[in-house]
Amino acid sequence: MELVMPEFGLLFWMLVSFSLLLFILKKFAWKPILKALSDRENSIDEALKSAQEAKNEMLKLQADNQQILMQAMRERDKIMKEASELKEAIVSEAKNKAIAEAEKVMEGARAAIEREKVAAIDEMKNAIAIFSIDIAEKILREKLTDDKQQKELVKKYVDQINVN
Amino acid sequence: MRFVKPFLLVIFIIIASVAGAKANDVTVAESTQKKPFNPKGLIFHHISDAYEWHITTIGETEISIPLLVIVYSQNSGFHLFPSSEFHHGTQSYDGFMIAHEGENKGKVVETLADGSVKRPIDISITKNVISLFISIILLLYIFLSISKRYSKNFARAPKGIQSWMEPLIIFIRDDVAKSAIGEKYAKYLPYLLTIFFFIFLNNLLGLVPVFPGGANLTGNIAITMVLALFTFTITTFSGSKDYWMHMINMPGVPWWLKFPIPLMPVLEIMGVFIKPLVLMIRLFANITAGHIVALGFYCLIFIFGQKNIFAGYGVSVVSILFTIFMALIELLVAFIQAYVFTLLSALYFGMALETHSEHK
Repeated sequence: MELVMPEFGLLFWMLVSFSLLLFILKKFAWKPILKALSDRENSIDEALKSAQEAKNEMLKLQADNQQILMQAMRERDKIMKEASELKEAIVSEAKNKAIAEAEKVMEGARAAIEREKVAAIDEMKNAIAIFSIDIAEKILREKLTDDKQQKELVKKYVDQINVN
Repeated sequence: MRFVKPFLLVIFIIIASVAGAKANDVTVAESTQKKPFNPKGLIFHHISDAYEWHITTIGETEISIPLLVIVYSQNSGFHLFPSSEFHHGTQSYDGFMIAHEGENKGKVVETLADGSVKRPIDISITKNVISLFISIILLLYIFLSISKRYSKNFARAPKGIQSWMEPLIIFIRDDVAKSAIGEKYAKYLPYLLTIFFFIFLNNLLGLVPVFPGGANLTGNIAITMVLALFTFTITTFSGSKDYWMHMINMPGVPWWLKFPIPLMPVLEIMGVFIKPLVLMIRLFANITAGHIVALGFYCLIFIFGQKNIFAGYGVSVVSILFTIFMALIELLVAFIQAYVFTLLSALYFGMALETHSEHK
């Protein structure tokens, strides 16, 4: 029977000391401990979250980099192609121009040669006429008397000389 | 290293008190003839409270730590004296003595002038009270020292005793308080943690057979009664309007259970008191029963030993094996009972807080 009858003395001491224990632990132990635990959990949580964010950011950055690289390569290819096209164009134009120029120069030269030739032939004709006259005069002076008749004859002969 | 100091202190106390006890108690128990072995007496002696902390008996010399007797008598006022004045209950002191029979058996009684005996108001520092103080000092030491470490830097990993306590604290917070009470758990958490660690530590101390442990504290109904009283008071004061309304008029119950005979309300109101009562009895009975069973196995050795000394030795092997088995189970029970008490308290708080909208 004693076992199931609460003893007053023990009830009293338990009530007093347990209340005290509860008060002290609540104020000086549980409060800081629980606060520290939840603070730590929050900080771990945030750290994990930010790590995840950083990872996502990095993946995005990597994808961006890849895209930029691809674009740069495409750009390069395009520029190269354009440059080679341009080069060909310039080269062929220069060639055409050179050909045209050469043609023009040749034409001019040919015309000048023709002119010079005609002039030279004319001069030669005159010179021949004069020479012929002189020669004929010298011949005729010795053989002919009628100057006028002889001159006509020479002229006739000179004219018959075709230039070509 | 941290635990060396308290340990040394405890050992010092034991030595000092044993020496003191020896010096005080030169008188030796007189009965020289062998008394028959009394298992019931032994077991009850171990699970009950006492005015001195009995360590052992060597030959005829009892070695025990005398404790403080504090009594208030209506006709002679306050008395405060060490229990060694009783010489292990064999002598009376100042009109007080320890009763050996009757309804006050084992308690301090006062012999009045007319020869009748009466119990004074007794707030002695008994074995259980000392055990209570020791456990409280231990709890304060453990939790105040780890709380200091937490407040210094919360982000550091737990170390030493802190890493033993942290999982338990988190377990009580998440699996008991949060799941049983709901969002308002924070208000009740300090109480739940306190009762959990108080019960758990005292259950464990009860399993230690030598001095700082060995008292059957959580197996004492006065202790469990105070704990249950705290749970009851907190439950009652946190009862929401719905909690009380449901008690009087439980919805979803046929009307004839409430009128004309208010069967349900009566049951509900009884339940309010039965719940803490059950808490009180469950803890007390579990711990006391564990102690009785373990002691019973030990008593078997001496019962058989009395018949035949060799039978005693033979049985001792079996008994020790069984007691080790029991001790392991008790270790489990120590945790389970602390957990159950805390969980049920949390559930009662949760029920008291429940509002009507949560039912739907």
